[in-house]
Amino acid sequence: MWRPEPSDTDLPFRIAEAGLDRDALLDAYRRMCLIRVFEEAIRDRYWTGKTDEFNMAVGPIRGEIHLAVGQEAVAVAVCAQLTDDDAVVSTHRAHHHAIAKGVDPARLAAEIFGKVTGLCRGKGGEMHLFSRNKRFFNSGIVGASYPQAAGAAFSFLYQEDRNVAVAFSGEGAANHGTFAETLNIAALWQLPLVIVIEDNLYADSTPKWAAQATNHHYQRAQSHNIPAYLVDGMDIVDVHEAARDAVNRARDGYGPTVVEAVCYRFRGHFEGDPGGYRTREEVELWERLDPISRLARRLQRLEWADDETLTELRRSAAAEAVEAIRFAEQSPLPNPVEALTGVFA
Amino acid sequence: MRMLRGIAPAISEAIDQEMAESPNTVVLGEDVTYWGAVFGFTAGLQEKYGRDRVIDTPIAEQTFMGLAVGAAATGMRPVVSLMFVDFLGTCFDQIYNHLAKNHYMSGGQYRMPVTVVTAVGGGYGDAGQHSELLYGLFAHVPGIKVVVPSTAYDAKGLTATALADPNPVVVFGHKLLTGHPGMPFEGEEEDVPTDPYSVPFGLAAIRRAGIDVTIVATALMVRRSLEAAARLADDGISAEVIDVRTLVPLDSATLVASARKTGRVLLVDEDYASFGTTGELAFRIQAGAFDRLTAPIRRVAVPDVPMPYSEPLERAVIPSVAQIVDEARALTGVPATAG
Ligand SMILES: Cc1ncc(C[n+]2csc(CCOP(=O)(O)OP(=O)(O)O)c2C)c(N)n1
Ligand SMILES: [Mg+2]
Repeated sequence: MWRPEPSDTDLPFRIAEAGLDRDALLDAYRRMCLIRVFEEAIRDRYWTGKTDEFNMAVGPIRGEIHLAVGQEAVAVAVCAQLTDDDAVVSTHRAHHHAIAKGVDPARLAAEIFGKVTGLCRGKGGEMHLFSRNKRFFNSGIVGASYPQAAGAAFSFLYQEDRNVAVAFSGEGAANHGTFAETLNIAALWQLPLVIVIEDNLYADSTPKWAAQATNHHYQRAQSHNIPAYLVDGMDIVDVHEAARDAVNRARDGYGPTVVEAVCYRFRGHFEGDPGGYRTREEVELWERLDPISRLARRLQRLEWADDETLTELRRSAAAEAVEAIRFAEQSPLPNPVEALTGVFA
Repeated sequence: MRMLRGIAPAISEAIDQEMAESPNTVVLGEDVTYWGAVFGFTAGLQEKYGRDRVIDTPIAEQTFMGLAVGAAATGMRPVVSLMFVDFLGTCFDQIYNHLAKNHYMSGGQYRMPVTVVTAVGGGYGDAGQHSELLYGLFAHVPGIKVVVPSTAYDAKGLTATALADPNPVVVFGHKLLTGHPGMPFEGEEEDVPTDPYSVPFGLAAIRRAGIDVTIVATALMVRRSLEAAARLADDGISAEVIDVRTLVPLDSATLVASARKTGRVLLVDEDYASFGTTGELAFRIQAGAFDRLTAPIRRVAVPDVPMPYSEPLERAVIPSVAQIVDEARALTGVPATAG
C-alpha cells in the first residue's frame, strides 16, 4: 500500500516529481512545526484547570478540542498547492488545515480561547472557524464539507476564475451520504474540486473495519470515473505529488480528484479521550512515522539542511506559535451583549 | 434501591432490562459500544448483548434512521442513538416524513416502535452545532412522542415506557444531567430502583408546591427552577415548580390547575424562544386558566440566536438561576435586588 521509504538515490527523483525543491521543503518543515507547536500549546492551555477532574466547562479553553498531531503533512502538502483565492472547507479537526491555508494563528488561537479578537469574535469556536480572506471554513457536522466545497467549486466554474475548492474530511465522514452524492455531482459537472480524505483509521472510537465495506474510499471515487490517489499521509513528498496533480487538474478544467492519505492521529479523538480502543503498540508504531521528524531526516540525508538550520526553523515556528497564544491570552472576552447581534446580515 | 449518579446510567439500565426481555430490541448508532453513545446512554450494553445487538454504525444518520423505519416495519424494536440532537438535520427526513407518519399514512397498518435517544443542552462551551435542545421541532411534528427527563428516576421509568410504546419516542438526555465524566453535573445522586418500573407519559410532576407563581420547566431547567424557587422563598415568594416530563403527550391539566391556583406563570426553557415549546405551553395554559391569570404569562428561554461559543456569550443566552429569580420577582411585583 505504501511506497517504501525512498532510498538516497530515489529521493531527489521523487522530490523533483512532486514539484518540490529545497526551499519548498524547508518551508513545509517550518509550517508543520508551526502546526505542531501551536497544537501542543493549545493542548497545554486546554488542560489548565482540568487535570484534577476532567470537566469540559472549566479552564481557559472550554468545550471540545480535536488535535491533528501526526496529520500535519497532509494539510501542509495540499495547501501548498493553493492560493488565497482557492477555497478550503474543513472538518471538526481543523487547526492544521487552517494554519496550512494561511489563516493567522493568532486570530485562530484567539477564537479557540473565545476572545473577541478571534476569527469569529468568539462566536464560532474551534469547530466553526471562518476566515473569509483566506477562503477557509469548517463545520462540526461530519460529512458537511463535501457539498460545501463542491458549491465553491461550482461557483468558481460558473465565474470562470480558475480557482479550486478543497474538501478535507476524515475516512469516517466518507461513509456519509454527502460523500456519494458529491462524487456524483462533481463528476457529472466536472467541478474543480479536490476531496482529501485523511484516513487516520478511526472515526472517534470506531475503527475503519467496523464501518467500511471497502478498504479505501478511493475505490468509490473510481466508480464515478473520478481519478483517485492513495498516498502515504505521513510522507509529505507523497502527498505533495498527488495533491499537485489533483489541484492542477482541477485548475486546468479537468474536473474532480480524490486524494486519500493514510495517516494517524497521535492524540485522542478529542482531548480527554484516553483512546482505549487502540493499543499502545499501535500508537507507538505510528509515532515512528512522524511526518515531521521523517522530513527532517531526509533533509539531512540530502544535505539540504543541517542541525542548525532545522533548529532555527523550529525556533522561529515556536516563536510564532508562542506569540499567537500570547495574543489570544491577552485579548479581551467579548461583551455579553454581542450574543444577541449578528443573526441576520 | 441504590444510588445512581445521573440520567445516563438510568437510561442504559432501562434499555438493558428491555433487551433482556425483548430479543428483537437492538441498539444502533455511532460509537454505541466503546463510548456508550458518548454520554453513557448505552454504556455496558455491548458487553452484555454483543455486537449483534449493540451495533456501531458508520457515520450515516439518514441511513441508520431509515434502517430503524424499515426494521420496525418488519418486527424489530430498534433503539437508535442520535449522538447529539444537533445532528438531526442529517436524518430528519427519515424521522418526520416516515417514522412519524407511517402509522397514520398506512391507515394503522404499520406501527413504528422506535426509541431514539439523543443528547441535548449547552453550558460547557460546545458552541453552535453541539449545544441545542430542539425538542420543539420534534414535538411540532404529529406522530412523535417527546420525553424530557430531569431526574434519574424518571429517566429510567420514562425510557421503559418509551421502549414498550408502539410509537416513535425521542428521549432527550440533557448532558448536564447525564453524570458523564467530563460534563458539569447539575443533577444529584438519587435512589433508583434496580427492578424494572415505568413512569407513564403525559403526567407532569409538581416538584415543589407553592402559591404565588407557577414555574414550568423541563430537564436541566427544572433543577435551576428549583434552585430559583429556594431563593425566591427567602424573599417570601412561594413558587410552585412543575416538571413537564413529556412534551408529547402534554399534561395540560396539571399546568392549568397550578396556573389557576397561583394566577401567575413563568415558563423556563432551554430551547429557542420563538415558535416553540414556551409558546405552546402558554397557549394551553391560557386556554384553561385565562380567567384566573393575574398577569401575562412570562418566559425565560434561549433568545433567537444560535448558541455562541465564548463563555460570556453562552452564559448570556442560557437561562440561569438568577434570570429565573428576576423574572419570577418581576411577575410577582417584587423588585429585583441589585446584582
Ligand atoms: C453528522 C455528525 N455525526 C456524528 C458526529 C460526531 N462525530 C464527530 S467527529 C466523528 C468522527 C469523525 O471521524 P472521521 O471522519 O474519520 O474524522 P477524524 O475524527 O478521524 O479526523 C463523529 C462520529 C458529528 N459531529 N456529525
Ligand atoms: Mg478518521
